[in-house]
Amino acid sequence: MTEFIAPAFSPAYPEIFLAIMAMILLMLGVSTDKEDYRSISRFSILSLIAVGMVVIRLYEGGVTTFGGMFVVDGFSSFMKVLVLFGAAVSIGMATRYARRERIMRFEYPVLILFSTLGMMLMISANDLMALYMGLELQSLPLYVLAAMQRDSVRSTEAGLKYFILGALSSGILLYGMSLLYGYTGTTQFAGLAAAFESFSHGGVPLGVMTGMVLLMCGMAFKISAVPFHMWTPDVYEGSPTSVTAFFAIVPKIAALALMARILTGPFGNMVLHWQQVIILLSVASMVLGAVAAIGQRNIKRMLAYSSIGHMGYALSGLCAANQTGVQAVLVYAAIYMVMSMGAFAFVLMMKRKDRMVEDIYDLSGLSKTQPMMALGMAVIMFSMAGIPPLAGFFGKLYIFQAVVNAQLYMLAVIGVLSSVVAAYYYLRVIKVMYFDAEDEALDAQEDRGLNLVMMLSSLSLVTFILVPAPLITAARLAAETLLR
Amino acid sequence: MIEALFFYVFSTVLVLSAMMVISAKNPVHAVLYLILSFFNAAGLFVMLGAELIAMILVIVYVGAVAVLFLFVVMMLDIDFTRLRDEAQKHAMVGAITGGVLLGELAWVYSQWMGARDALARAAQTAPQATKGLTNAHALGQLLYTHYAYLFQVSGLILLVAMIGAITLTLRSRPGVRKQVISHQLDRNPADVVKIEKIETGAGVS
Repeated sequence: MTEFIAPAFSPAYPEIFLAIMAMILLMLGVSTDKEDYRSISRFSILSLIAVGMVVIRLYEGGVTTFGGMFVVDGFSSFMKVLVLFGAAVSIGMATRYARRERIMRFEYPVLILFSTLGMMLMISANDLMALYMGLELQSLPLYVLAAMQRDSVRSTEAGLKYFILGALSSGILLYGMSLLYGYTGTTQFAGLAAAFESFSHGGVPLGVMTGMVLLMCGMAFKISAVPFHMWTPDVYEGSPTSVTAFFAIVPKIAALALMARILTGPFGNMVLHWQQVIILLSVASMVLGAVAAIGQRNIKRMLAYSSIGHMGYALSGLCAANQTGVQAVLVYAAIYMVMSMGAFAFVLMMKRKDRMVEDIYDLSGLSKTQPMMALGMAVIMFSMAGIPPLAGFFGKLYIFQAVVNAQLYMLAVIGVLSSVVAAYYYLRVIKVMYFDAEDEALDAQEDRGLNLVMMLSSLSLVTFILVPAPLITAARLAAETLLR
Repeated sequence: MIEALFFYVFSTVLVLSAMMVISAKNPVHAVLYLILSFFNAAGLFVMLGAELIAMILVIVYVGAVAVLFLFVVMMLDIDFTRLRDEAQKHAMVGAITGGVLLGELAWVYSQWMGARDALARAAQTAPQATKGLTNAHALGQLLYTHYAYLFQVSGLILLVAMIGAITLTLRSRPGVRKQVISHQLDRNPADVVKIEKIETGAGVS
C-alpha cells in the first residue's frame, strides 16, 4: 500500500458545495415551523445555478483526484451543466403543481438536490466503486420522489415498482463489476483499460465479456433502454407529474454520460464486443418506442415511450464509438432535455376545472381555446418527431451522420424508419389539438413560470437552426476530452 | 486437513440453509434458516482471517437485520400460502431461466483466465500484512484514507435513506394529545383547581 497523501479537493468543489447546501436546506426545512416549501425550493434553484457557475468556472482539462476515483474534464463539465440546468428547471416547474397536489414538502427540493449530486458523482466517476456510489445516491431519492404522493395508490405503486426493479438492476450491475474486478484485480477505469489492453490480441476471456454485458444491462436499466424498460411507463404514469418531468429530463442524461464514459474509456479497446450489445439495445428501443406509443391515450405514458425511443437514438450514436458519435450523442441529449422540459411544462398545464387531465383527447380543439399553448406544444411535437428545420431534426441528423460514417447502415435505416413510425403519434397530438372538434376548454393558464418554460423551449427549438454553433462547439470540445 | 473439513462443513450448511430459506413452508422457519446461513458465512470469514467482518456479520445481520425480519414476518398478516401458490405458477419459467444462467456461469468459471498481473494489481490497494496489525486497524487505515471519498458518499446515501423513510412514513396528525412534561410540571394547582365549600343539603349550583 502506498503512503497516503491527502487528496486535492479543488476539482470536487462543486459537489462539496452542493452537498453542503443540500444539508443546510434540509436543516432549514426541519427547523422552520411552517414547512416553508417556497423559500427552500428557491434556495435550491439558486444553489444549483451557483454550482453550475462553479462548474463552468473550474473548467479544466482532465484532472483526477481522490486516488483517481474522481475525474473532471470537459466532458464531465458539459454534462454537469446540463444536469444542473435540468434539475433547476424541474424544481421551478414543480412549485404550483406541488401545492395543488399537496406534495409541497420541503424534502422534495432537497431530495432533488441529493439526486443531482449523485448524478454529478456518476458523471465524474472514474472507478467502478465510485460509479456505483454515485448511481445509488442518484436513484435512492428518485424512488422516494416517485412515492411522494402518499395518498395515491398509483404513486405508491410506482415508487415500490421503481425501487424493486432498481434494486434488481443494481444487483446485476454489481455482479458485473465483481466479475470485472475478479479478472483484472482493479476497479479503476484506467487500470481496467490497461488490463484489457493485454487481452485485445489474444481474445477477450468469457468472464470479462459477461461482466461487461452485466454492467451494460445495469446501466441500460437506468436509461430505460429496451428490454429493460418495463418500469418506465408505469412509473411515469403513477408518479406525480412534476416528478415524472424530473425523471424524464435529468437522470437519463447522467446515465447516458456514464455509459459514454465507460464504453469509450475502460472498454475503449473492446468496441467490437460491446458494439453488438449496444446496437441491439438501440434498435429494440427505437422500434418499441415507436410502436408501443401508438396505442397510448395517456400523455404521460406516451411521453414515457417517446423517451425510450429517444434513448434508442442516443445509444445508436454511441455505437459509432468515435468522436463524432459521442458529439452527436451530447447534442442529442441537450436537445432531448429541452424538448422534454417543454413537453412536461405543457402536461403540467393540462387541467380542466382545476383537476389535472392526462388524456390526449382532452386536448381536442385546443388551438381555438388556447392558441399559444397549442402552438408551443405543436412546435415541441414536430421537433420530437424530427421535422426540419426544428432542433430535433438536427439532433437525429447528427446521430445518423455519425452512424453512417461508422458504416452501420442497417442501424441508420432502422433508425430512420422507426422515426417515421414514431412521427405518427407526435403528429396525432397536433391533429387532436388543431383539427378535432372543440371540447370543453382547458383552464386558463395562471402559472406564468410553466408558460415561460414551454415558450422558451419551443423558441429555442425553432431558433437552433440559426445559432447552432454554441451547442455544437461545446459538444465537440467535450467529446474531444473524452476520447483523447 | 482440519481447515478443509471446517470449510466444507460451513459451506455445505450455508448452501443448504440458503436453499431452505426460499423453500421453507413456514416463513418464520425461513428467517431462522437465514440466520443460520449468516452464521455459517461468518464462520467462513473467520477462516479467511477476516474476524472483524465475521463479527459485523453476526452483530449487524443476525443481531439486527434478521431479528427485525423475524418481527416483521410475525407481525404482518400476509397469506404466505397464497403468495407461494402465485409464485409456483411461474416456477417453470424461473427454473429454466435459472438453469440457463447457472449453466452459463459454470461455463464462464470453468474458463477462468485472469489478467496477467491481476493479483499484483489487487494487492496494491491492500494494506501490508505487518505483524500485529489487526483487521479493524487495517480496514480503518483504508477506509479513512484512500476510500474516504466512498466513505463520505455512503454517508450521504444513508442520509438520503433516512430522509426518504421519514418523508414516506411520518404523518402529522392533528388533534393528537402528546404528553409534554414541562406543561404538566408548569401546572399550578391554584390556577386549575377550584375548592368550594358546599353547604350541607344545598347541592351544587
